Amino acid sequence: MSPRLHARDLAVAYGPREVLHGVDLDIPDKQLTAIIGPNACGKSTLLRALARLLPASRGEVWVDDRQAGSYTAKEFARVIGMLPQTVSAPDGMSVADLVSRGRYPHQSLLRQWSADDQAAVSQAMAAVDIAALADRPVNELSGGQRQRAWLAMVLAQQTPIVLLDEPTTYLDLAHQIEVLNLTRRLREDGHTVVVVLHELNLAFRYADHLVVMSEGRVVASGTPHEVVDSALIEDVYDVPCLVIPDPVTGTPMVIPKGTS
Amino acid sequence: MTGQGVLRVSTWSVQYRRRTVIVIAALLCALLMLAVLGLMLGSYGMSPGRALESLVGRSDDALGSYFVRELRAPRVVAAIIVGAALGVAGGLLQNVTLNPLGSPDLLGFTTGAATGALVEIIVFDGNRAAVALAAVAGGGVTALVVHALTRRGGMTAQRLVLVGLGVGVTLAALNNLLLVRASLVSAQTAGQWLAGSLNAMVWPETLLTLALVLPLLLMAALLIRPVAMLSLGDDRAQASGVDVRRVRVAAVAVTVALVAVATAATGPIAFVALAAPQVARRLMHAPLPGVAGAALTGAVLVLLSDLLAQRLFAPTELAVGVVSGAIGGVYLLWLLAIESRRSR
Repeated sequence: MSPRLHARDLAVAYGPREVLHGVDLDIPDKQLTAIIGPNACGKSTLLRALARLLPASRGEVWVDDRQAGSYTAKEFARVIGMLPQTVSAPDGMSVADLVSRGRYPHQSLLRQWSADDQAAVSQAMAAVDIAALADRPVNELSGGQRQRAWLAMVLAQQTPIVLLDEPTTYLDLAHQIEVLNLTRRLREDGHTVVVVLHELNLAFRYADHLVVMSEGRVVASGTPHEVVDSALIEDVYDVPCLVIPDPVTGTPMVIPKGTS
Repeated sequence: MTGQGVLRVSTWSVQYRRRTVIVIAALLCALLMLAVLGLMLGSYGMSPGRALESLVGRSDDALGSYFVRELRAPRVVAAIIVGAALGVAGGLLQNVTLNPLGSPDLLGFTTGAATGALVEIIVFDGNRAAVALAAVAGGGVTALVVHALTRRGGMTAQRLVLVGLGVGVTLAALNNLLLVRASLVSAQTAGQWLAGSLNAMVWPETLLTLALVLPLLLMAALLIRPVAMLSLGDDRAQASGVDVRRVRVAAVAVTVALVAVATAATGPIAFVALAAPQVARRLMHAPLPGVAGAALTGAVLVLLSDLLAQRLFAPTELAVGVVSGAIGGVYLLWLLAIESRRSR
């Protein structure tokens, strides 16, 4: 049986230029999948296409054995939540206000604010430990706090599948780990999580399933142990390197070799 | 957050909710007082009691009743409708463009309606009804042009602002050209129309405007929830279940229709669409302009401007747009000034 979220022969083009070339992809249910690859390899494009933020020029994204295109916008947003790379909050919008916006796909004209909405928002803010900042304007938070507020908004959406596009970018090490621990907790709570990551060693530590991309194609996928070796990393990133077991977790760890 | 939105969502911030309700109530009171003033004041002045008696038909003063019921009342109602239409149009478009300057007056829609009216006045020498229709048509054509020019770029907020500005400036030049080429008589008629006036608003015109504006206001109220989501960025809005493209096109269409109908009724009334939503937003301490606040602020602004325009140098009447521009502009500047002082 196919997993809930998968893509078949998925291609995306910006005008005449195809940037994703017929990708077949299975996102394993209730696991943490990390998508890695060098800049401009198409990993964000893939994630955005999975989230239906980019139209497929060929092929199709499948969600629960239905073509993604057959969902209404709200239906889709009740299954898949996504934190894009570029987000903005209007000046003066409070954290509570932002997080409550995550309930949009569950609301309608006649059902604008239910007890479920209230519970989901409180739960989401508690999950990322941001309830104390509920009344603060989002734009006055630090980078790490702000990312947590946006994560809370996605959590309030209460989707079984959560996609995160480089959620750790611009964060220092401590906050990167904090965000990744949160994604792991999401997976432990039964979510299917897909994260685009730049930081290889952290990706190998946290991912159950790894998708390696290069030049608009998926070149390898599987558990980090199965997939990662020095040949693959050298091939994809064009940097000579060693792959050793991470002394803390035993997962693969990449050490770049050359300074020359 | 919008006026209504705050009421729903703010279980954490009771204060916030109270503020929205208080501001709306205060605006309603101001509107009511101005409306009564509008019935009283004129070359045939009367006390509030007399004016209200005349309004409900309990007065034996035939002349007074005529003034109040046939001239002042429709004018007051028209000012409220047109003000609400302009305020809401501005609020919607500012939400869509994520830009406080993204108002229909600056993005060419009002100018386009004016172009339609000017062509009708100057080239075809049309009557009032024809001019009103031409204004609506002008607004519609402008919207189609802007839509065609923004569609390829995916109609992003920024593209909408840039294309709208370009179209607006071009149309303003065209309007000037039309005025320069016109005969003296039609140029004078056009000039009067361009200044904006509620003079001609008697019951048939007012009721027609009301019938057109009400459904549009309702649509705006339905649209404001998804439109407010656009402020989180297109991607995040789409991922939250907002059909970004469709919502944006619908919001622009409603904006243009509101502006075109309002402009057809009274000629262009400057600055209301730009200032009203921003004034309302600041009064309510809300991050985004909402529908109710923008409508009420717009109505208060136009009604107040019309009263001042009529009475300030009576019997000489000023153009309502001149007064609304002056009041709205000064008041917005004042609000911005206290805001920046507070944030320091």
